[in-house]
Amino acid sequence: MIMEYEVVIGMEIHAQLLTKSKLFCGCSTEFGAEPNSQCCPICLGFPGSLPMMNRKAVDHIITTALALNCTVARESIFARKNYFYPDLPKAYQISQDDQPLGEKGYLDIMDSSRRIRIRRIHLEEDAGKLVHTEGEPFSLVDYNRGGASLMEIVTEPDIRSAEEAAAYITELRSILRYIGVCDGNMEEGSLRCEPNISLRLRGAKEFGVKVELKNINSIRAVQRGVAYEVERQSQILNEGGTVIQETRRWDEANGVTISMRSKEEAHDYRYFPEADLVRVVVDNAWLNRMAAALPELPQARRERFIAAYGLPAYDAGVLTESKEIGDFFDKVAAISHDYKAVSNWIMGELMRLLNETGQSLEQTHMTPEVLAEIIALVDKGAINLKSAKEVFEESFRTGKAPSKIVADRGMTQISDEAALSGIIEDVIAANSKVAEDFQAGKEAALGFLVGQVMKETRGQANPAIVNKLLREKL
Amino acid sequence: MNIYDMTLHQLRKMLSEGDITVQEIYSSFAGRIEEVESKVGAFVNLASDIAELQAHKAADRWSEGRNVTPITGLPVAIKDNISLAGVPNTCSSKMLKNYIPPYNATVVEKLAEDGALFIGKTNLDEFAMGSSTETSALKITRNPWNLDYVPGGSSGGSAAAVAAGESPAALGSDTGGSIRQPASFCGVVGMKPTYGRVSRYGLVAFAGSLDQIGPITRDVHDCAIMMNALSGHDICDSTSADVPIPDHTTGLKQDIRGLRIGLPGELFHEGIDASIREAVYAAVDLLTGMGAECVELSMPHLEYSVPVYYILATAEAGSNMARYDGVQYGYRASGAEDILDMYIRTRSEGLGTEVKRRIMLGTYMLSSGYYDAFYLKAQKVRTLIKNDFDRAFTRVDLLLSPVTPTTAFKAGKRADDPLQMYLSDICTIPANLAGLPAMSIPCGFDNGLPVGMQIIGKPFDEITMLRAAYAYEQSTDWHKRRAVITG
Ligand SMILES: [Zn+2]
Repeated sequence: MIMEYEVVIGMEIHAQLLTKSKLFCGCSTEFGAEPNSQCCPICLGFPGSLPMMNRKAVDHIITTALALNCTVARESIFARKNYFYPDLPKAYQISQDDQPLGEKGYLDIMDSSRRIRIRRIHLEEDAGKLVHTEGEPFSLVDYNRGGASLMEIVTEPDIRSAEEAAAYITELRSILRYIGVCDGNMEEGSLRCEPNISLRLRGAKEFGVKVELKNINSIRAVQRGVAYEVERQSQILNEGGTVIQETRRWDEANGVTISMRSKEEAHDYRYFPEADLVRVVVDNAWLNRMAAALPELPQARRERFIAAYGLPAYDAGVLTESKEIGDFFDKVAAISHDYKAVSNWIMGELMRLLNETGQSLEQTHMTPEVLAEIIALVDKGAINLKSAKEVFEESFRTGKAPSKIVADRGMTQISDEAALSGIIEDVIAANSKVAEDFQAGKEAALGFLVGQVMKETRGQANPAIVNKLLREKL
Repeated sequence: MNIYDMTLHQLRKMLSEGDITVQEIYSSFAGRIEEVESKVGAFVNLASDIAELQAHKAADRWSEGRNVTPITGLPVAIKDNISLAGVPNTCSSKMLKNYIPPYNATVVEKLAEDGALFIGKTNLDEFAMGSSTETSALKITRNPWNLDYVPGGSSGGSAAAVAAGESPAALGSDTGGSIRQPASFCGVVGMKPTYGRVSRYGLVAFAGSLDQIGPITRDVHDCAIMMNALSGHDICDSTSADVPIPDHTTGLKQDIRGLRIGLPGELFHEGIDASIREAVYAAVDLLTGMGAECVELSMPHLEYSVPVYYILATAEAGSNMARYDGVQYGYRASGAEDILDMYIRTRSEGLGTEVKRRIMLGTYMLSSGYYDAFYLKAQKVRTLIKNDFDRAFTRVDLLLSPVTPTTAFKAGKRADDPLQMYLSDICTIPANLAGLPAMSIPCGFDNGLPVGMQIIGKPFDEITMLRAAYAYEQSTDWHKRRAVITG
């Protein structure tokens, strides 16, 4: 008999914070530098060095805690997590155990139909990276990332499916980007997610044996990895087997999870308070400053776009995924009141060009004024949609004003009936066979004639008027 | 009087009056090191190249009358667990014998700016874990007053160097008495400042919540001069206190009439040698005669100081020592088969018995299932000990006690009895647990070996301690005696 299982997923996120320097020293955190070029006695844990708290990193944690509806600890302490590994220069990681900076929050997903509780948010330092060379009897260590500021966000086991897992990461990543604390880049590892997945009989209170997934480098991988693991575990259970508590690696190329290590031997990290750092005291002034600086978050913005602009939910979702695009929409909408047209332009041409060029909006020449002007030109019939797209692309690439492009390229749409009449008569005369076909009831013949007129006018004829005149004359 | 027998303030006076040059001072101490170092063994490494260069620069400052401070041109020895860039910072361990730090400790930066001469790095118990300097893996240091005896520890090299005339001043570090006990054994003045008064940046950690750098000098005035040079907030040490720094030398000469001094009965118990108690009581009489009001009081939780200390200090030490794994710097064992084997061999071969003992103790104290019973309980008792001090300081301005239960002991005598060694820290440990300033000053001799007494002060009130110590010193001459090094 196939049993019915409930999927239980908890998620641990590690997000590299957008701070210029590392958590406890002044070293740069830029990605991709030459190995071990961004290190100092502090982040290398040299004897006698001490950590210095980066206040900006604490700011980021407070902001995140507020955005995720957490309680911000007024007094927070740091702790040492002790373990030996070559990428950890002090053989302990400065992290938080008791009294993390944020606790007991939540994040709503799936159009607010599901609430995922956040257990805790804390601040810690990142480790370095081991570099293994195939066939060599040694490993190398790159400490550039060591000591970078890292935020850990842990959920309660509230996620119930692969879709929800992906939705949670999508929404969380969007928020982290909105509030400017993490670039959300999963490929480069600045956002790492480790779902733990277990199955239990529907209605059971006890949790099943959980498996932790690592090496998830995209949102697609979250969905696929979790789905695979759910399938794998239910198969084991259905065959009467038992799931082993272990860490498994997602193999993107083969679409499977592979066992890394079992957790039979529980690690004793011997957490204890870090005496080299004083406690962080978050007073009202600090908290209020962070709260006041909090931007409108994606969910609120989505709801506002639907209510205030009358946009379809789909549009609102796409437009608010990034703060930059959402901000841009708001600015165009302040000038141009055909909101659906604004939405279409942004979701269509703008996003296409951003994808093609790999640029961020800020790096291009596109401005709210330019888009509003193009929409106005189309609206009053000065240019047709096809020309408008060309104008958009040129403005996007060069910053040239739309009206100037239209004038320079002679794109102004011809809507003058007198001017078009002559051309239409010539086209009918030159294609009398086709004209007769139309008159005999062959509707499709009209399209050909319209095309001929457009060709004669280098695309500038107003197609609606051409249509109307052709029908009249035939 | 030999130049090398003089104090910082005496040398400073002669420099300013043109009676002596920086070069003469440096040569005198360098000559004295040449003469007695083979017997005393205070230094792990001499820093002659650096000191000579500093002597030239200091001489220029004096001749140009520019930027001259109270220690410009004067030698200061540095305990070999404090980073001086370019000179090995061995911590007297095989593990770090060849480790050369690329950076300066904050105190080293401060002294260098003031124009001090870094004459050398002094021996210590391995990683400052010990009370006799005998756990040093690199050399043996002897007590200048009697070469058969230990200098105390862990700052034994620094205390011996000052007592032997090898340096007029030295830096030590004090986690449970490591400045005061050797100062007492060697008949010199040693101060552990208030926790947070002096930056720890660059001091190789034994137990960060207890460690503090402080000076060892020949008299109280010099101690005040060094305190001026060392004190101050440092952004590199988040536990250093951002509080005003007084001029420690200004109040020295004020009288002590009306000063209230408490004598905690728990630190005068029968485990303390009678000769030491007598010497301290004699000092009490003298201070009373000068107008101080001395009262006996009880601080009931002090008796738990030793176990509390050995739980907390070893817990921190176990974690602090973990970085010596052979990966980045220092000793690495050869022939390892894999990374775990490399760790095990490196640490087995690179660290000494006492250090290993404390790592094991500390690891145990923090282990799952024992944390609450040991570490957490010890933290609670630490708070009770602090409360005892808070209460005492509502009644008195200072506390006075012996520094050690005995005078210096014979070399090798206690090496195999760690428990006896731990228990002898009873008088010095409480000040570390409570983060209070405490100092040791000479108050007598017993069988030719110095006796010290301890003054404990309120937080950041080193100035009152120095005033009482100076008043006492002015009416005695223990501090004027110099060890005659024979044998
Ligand atoms: Zn660094």
